Amino acid sequence: MDIIEVKNLTKKFGSFKAVEDVSFNVAEGEIFAFLGPNGAGKSTTIKILTTLLRPTSGEIKLNGYNPAKNPDAVRHSFGIVFQDPSLDDELTAYENMEFHGVLYDIPWKLRKERIEQLMKFVELWDRKNNLVKEFSGGMKRRLEIARGLLHHPKIFFLDEPTLGLDPQTRNHMWNYLKELNKTEKITVFFTTHYIEEAENIAQKVAIIDHGRIVALGTPQELKEKNNSNSLEEAFLNLTGKTIRDEEASPVDRLRTRRRGWARR
Amino acid sequence: MVGSLAQPLLFLLALGYGFGAVFQKAGEGSYINFLAPGVIGMSIIFTSIFSGMEIIWDRQFGFLKETLVAPVSRFNIMLGRTLGGATVATIQGIIVFFISFIAGFHPYNWALVPVLILVMMLVALLFTALGTMIASLLDDMQGFQLIVNFLVMPLFFLSGALFPLEGLPKIIDILAKIDPLSYGIDAFRALLINTSHFGLSTDLMVLGAITFVFLSLGSYSFSKIQI
Repeated sequence: MDIIEVKNLTKKFGSFKAVEDVSFNVAEGEIFAFLGPNGAGKSTTIKILTTLLRPTSGEIKLNGYNPAKNPDAVRHSFGIVFQDPSLDDELTAYENMEFHGVLYDIPWKLRKERIEQLMKFVELWDRKNNLVKEFSGGMKRRLEIARGLLHHPKIFFLDEPTLGLDPQTRNHMWNYLKELNKTEKITVFFTTHYIEEAENIAQKVAIIDHGRIVALGTPQELKEKNNSNSLEEAFLNLTGKTIRDEEASPVDRLRTRRRGWARR
Repeated sequence: MVGSLAQPLLFLLALGYGFGAVFQKAGEGSYINFLAPGVIGMSIIFTSIFSGMEIIWDRQFGFLKETLVAPVSRFNIMLGRTLGGATVATIQGIIVFFISFIAGFHPYNWALVPVLILVMMLVALLFTALGTMIASLLDDMQGFQLIVNFLVMPLFFLSGALFPLEGLPKIIDILAKIDPLSYGIDAFRALLINTSHFGLSTDLMVLGAITFVFLSLGSYSFSKIQI
């Protein structure tokens, strides 16, 4: 059984088809990159996989469970780092971890052990009593990684994990994830606009455009099929070189406001 | 927090002393005593609605998203958030209650103050649930300004917080009767200065019923949140 199975997934918003007849599988322990231009349907697909949206039609199985019918079982099976930080700024790093442990029913003693272990893993243990609002973007991301892994999920979703991070943090982040993937066999499912990163890290790649899968395979396979020297070239060949103009969604507007307020 | 306490105090002092003489002459007694429950109600409704509305922001950038993917029922999350918001609003109300002493207010019966706090909690729950419900339906902060000006302000001004509900023109009388805050403030007045327009038991029944409805509607719209 593959750990993620998506068959003929369709999601319509009114008459607009955000995702149309999408099918792909992710094997357990795989590092899977989900790529696509703006507005392609990546976020919609991830939201459906992570129980935040309901599909219009199609079959989905995550760790053997159906997200629409068995959301809690699915939620225990994955951890996620969102594109925008979802930490509580007014709490300390430790308290944020603690809260997650409570939400996921992790018993007290186990919680303590794992929090320490994971915070040390992302090198934030010595900042455990600092308020999160004092953290840089990179530190917040590292904390979210530690938090997302607290309940030892089988799948780890990351939405644009390296956006806006400095090279050192990016390097550390991928090293953590590669190590986890190797030792704990965690399946890593991520989206990114940094195609070279995907090429270096991913074992399998899916490219989605206009709501449909346009390519699925290893980076090498995609390069060969599209006669390209790099995955990025293959990507551009498949999705075209014109810029996709979009309207700012309400989220984009909120994000702009936030940048106005935030320190970093 | 200090900033948000300045407004109630300002209302109390400016309006209280400003209208005091006129009110007294109209045979209604001390305006400061009449006003204080209204000002307490003001701080509760504003704090409650705002904390409910925070969800809009929280949903995308805050902690709320984390709770929406966690294996916790939406109802529990909503309830937790509403109780939290209501607690903050109640504490705010209690602080305003004590601050009103500066303006010369005092309750007629201290033994009723614990009951007052419970009623404050009820009113806070009502409006936090309302704020949560509205926030679940909105997508961004633009709607927020609209809500404040077209919903919260009218609710506050038509609630009898600032003027007695006796002898009002027909239309204002009807609006005041539909306004949940009217019953809240009336209950505060019953407990603090022993005057009531609707009667304390009516107040409590109406408040209880509306709070229940808002909590149900609030948790329904919250459960439908899609990010």
